Amino acid sequence: MLMFVEQALNGLQYSALLFLLSAGLTLVFGIMNVINLTHGSFYMVGAFCAAAAAAATGSFIAAIAAAIVGAGIYGLLVERLVVRHLYRRDHLDQVLATLGLVLFTNELVTVVFGRSPPFMDIPPALTGSVQVLPGLSYPVMRLAFIAAGIAVAVGLWALISRTRVGMLVRAGADDREMVDALGVDVRRLYMLVFALGAVLCGFAGVMSAPLLAVQIGMGERILITAFVVIVIGGVGSVRGALIGSLVIGMTDAFGRAYIPSLLSLLMPPQLSDPLASSLISASAYILMALVLLFRPLGLAARA
Amino acid sequence: MKSIAHGALALLVTSAAFAVHAQTPVRIGFITTLSTPAGYIGEDERDGFMLAVREEGDKLGGVPVRVQIEDDALKPANAKQTADKMVQDGIRLFTGINFSNVLVAVAPTVLESGGTYVSLNAGPSTYAGKNCHPGYFSVAFQNDSYSDSAGIAANELGYKRMVIMAPNYQAGRDALNGFKSTFKGEVIAEIYTKLDQSDFSVELARVRELKPDAIFQFHPGGAGINLAKQYANSGLGASVPMLTPIYSMDRRMLAATGNAGNGYYVTASWSADLDNPENKRFVESFVKAYGRIPTDYAATSYDTARLIASALKAVGGDITGKTDQFRAALRKADFKSVRGKFRFANNQHPVQDWYLIRIEPDSTGKLAYRTIKPIARDHGDPHARDCRL
Repeated sequence: MLMFVEQALNGLQYSALLFLLSAGLTLVFGIMNVINLTHGSFYMVGAFCAAAAAAATGSFIAAIAAAIVGAGIYGLLVERLVVRHLYRRDHLDQVLATLGLVLFTNELVTVVFGRSPPFMDIPPALTGSVQVLPGLSYPVMRLAFIAAGIAVAVGLWALISRTRVGMLVRAGADDREMVDALGVDVRRLYMLVFALGAVLCGFAGVMSAPLLAVQIGMGERILITAFVVIVIGGVGSVRGALIGSLVIGMTDAFGRAYIPSLLSLLMPPQLSDPLASSLISASAYILMALVLLFRPLGLAARA
Repeated sequence: MKSIAHGALALLVTSAAFAVHAQTPVRIGFITTLSTPAGYIGEDERDGFMLAVREEGDKLGGVPVRVQIEDDALKPANAKQTADKMVQDGIRLFTGINFSNVLVAVAPTVLESGGTYVSLNAGPSTYAGKNCHPGYFSVAFQNDSYSDSAGIAANELGYKRMVIMAPNYQAGRDALNGFKSTFKGEVIAEIYTKLDQSDFSVELARVRELKPDAIFQFHPGGAGINLAKQYANSGLGASVPMLTPIYSMDRRMLAATGNAGNGYYVTASWSADLDNPENKRFVESFVKAYGRIPTDYAATSYDTARLIASALKAVGGDITGKTDQFRAALRKADFKSVRGKFRFANNQHPVQDWYLIRIEPDSTGKLAYRTIKPIARDHGDPHARDCRL
C-alpha cells in the first residue's frame, strides 16, 4: 500500500513536469498550427539559466527568475526571427526549420555555458523528506514540483476561462480564420501564446534542474513524450494536456513499478526481464495507438 | 640543352620529394565524440592524447606526427564515413573512438585497409575473443573488466544481497553480466532501466522495499547524474551504499552532482592519486596544460599516445612499409604506463591492476577519489582464451 502511494506520488511528479511542457506545446500547435520542435530547447535554456543564476547568487528565487526570463526572451526571439515566417508554410517546413533551431540552440548553449553539465543544488527550504503517511517519507522537492504543477494548472485554467486573452486563445484554437476576420491582432496573440509556452518550459527547467541532469539535449528526449501527451489529450486543449500528462505520468510510474514483478510471476526471469523493459518503454506509445484508434481527437475532445 | 635542364630539374624535384618524404609526419586518424552531451569525454581523450604529442613537440617517439581530429557525433555511420575518407587519403593508424557501437562500425574499415587501430577507451568483446586481430589493440580495458572488477569489489566489501541496475542496451546488459560473473552473493533484483531515462524515483522506491546491502549500477553520463541526484535526495544514500564502475561517476559527473557522490565506491584501473612517478608527472603536466585534473579518459588516451610513440620509434615512423614490425612493437607495450604495471594479453587487450576507490571529502572538504586498495591484480579478460594470436 505504501509502495502504491509512493509510486502514485512519483507518477504525479512526472505528470507535473509533462504538463508544464505540453501545455505550451499544445497551444502553439492548436492555435498557431505550428509544429515547434524547439519547444524542448526552451526547457534546456531555462535549466541552464537557472543553474548559472543559482551558481552566481546562491538563491533559488533568482534561479526561477533567470529561467523564466531567459527562456521567455529566447522564445520571443525564436518567434520573431524564425517561427513567424512559418505560419503559412506546411508542417514539413516547420519541422525542418525548428529542428535546425534545436541543433543551433544546443551549440549556442555549449558556447555560452560550456560542455560540462552544471550542478544545481536543491534549495535549503526544499531539501530533505517529510512524512506523508506513517512509514512513508517523501522528498520535499518532489512535493514542491507537484504543487507547482497544480498551481500552474489552476493559473492556466483561470487565464483561459476567465480572461479576455483566454477567450481569444480558446477562440483561436477553435477557428483561427474567424478570430482573424473579427479584427483581433492575431500576430500579437500568437506571440503571447508562444512566449507563454516558452516561459512554462523555463519554469519546468528550473524545477527539474535540482533533480535531473542539466545537459545539452535534455529537451529533445522529453519533447517526444510531450507530443505523445498532446496527442492523447487532444491537440489545442490545455485540459487535454492535463489529462494526457496524468495518463502518461501514471502509466509510466505504475508500469515501471509493477510490470517487472507481474511478469516475473508468469515466466522465468531471462524472458520476463527484457520483455518487461520493452513493455515499459513502449507503454506510452501503445496507449497513444489505442487512443488514436478509439478517440482519434484525444481524450479531452467533446464526443 | 633544354632537355638537360629539364632532366636536372626533374632530378632536383625528385630528390626534394625524397627529402620531404623522410620528414613527412605520420598521420594519425583520431575520430572521437566531441559534440552531443558525451562531448566532454572526447574532449578529455583528445586533450590527453595531444598532451603526449605536444610534450615531444609534435612528435611521438621522435617521429613527427600529424593528428587529424574528427567528431563522430556519436553516430556509427558518421564515423565510418570519416574513416573511409581517411583511409582513402592514406591514413593507416587510427585511434580516438570512445563508444563501442561506433568502434565496431569503424574497425573493419581500418583493418581491411591493412591499417592498425589502437583503442583508447572502448573494448567491445567483438575483437577480444576469436575475432581478435593482429592490427587491433585495446589500451584501456576490455569492456567486461570494469564490471567484473566491481563484482570482486562487492565480495571484498562483504555485500551478500545486491540490487543491480543498468539501462536496457548492449553495454548495460554486458555490465550486469560482467558483475554477476564474479559476484558470489545473491542478486535479489536485476533492474533494467530505459536508455536515457531521467527519472529513477520508481526504481529507487523498489530498492527501498528490497533493502539490499548495496546497489551496483552502470549509468554513464546524464542518466548517471540523474540517478545520483535522486538517490541522494531520496534518502537512500545514507542507508544503501552504491558501487559503480568509474564511468558511472567520473570527475565531470561528480562536479555535476554536488554532494551526491559522497560515499560511492567505484572501481577503476587508474586514479589521479595512483602513486607512481609517471602518473605524478602526467597529472602535473595535464593540470598545467589545461587547468583541470584529468579523467580516466584522459589517462588512457595519454597511455595510448605513449604506446604509439614507443612503436613508432621502433620502426622509425615507417608504419606502412614495416606494418608487422610496428604491430609487434605495439604488442611489446614498451612504455611506462600512468597506470603502473601494464602488458598486453595474447588478445592484445590489457592485463592490469584494478582498484577499489571511495569518493569522500579530502582535507579541504571537497569530494575526491581516494584509492583504497588494489582488488584485482594482473586482471585480464575471459575472452582472451578464445583468441589465437
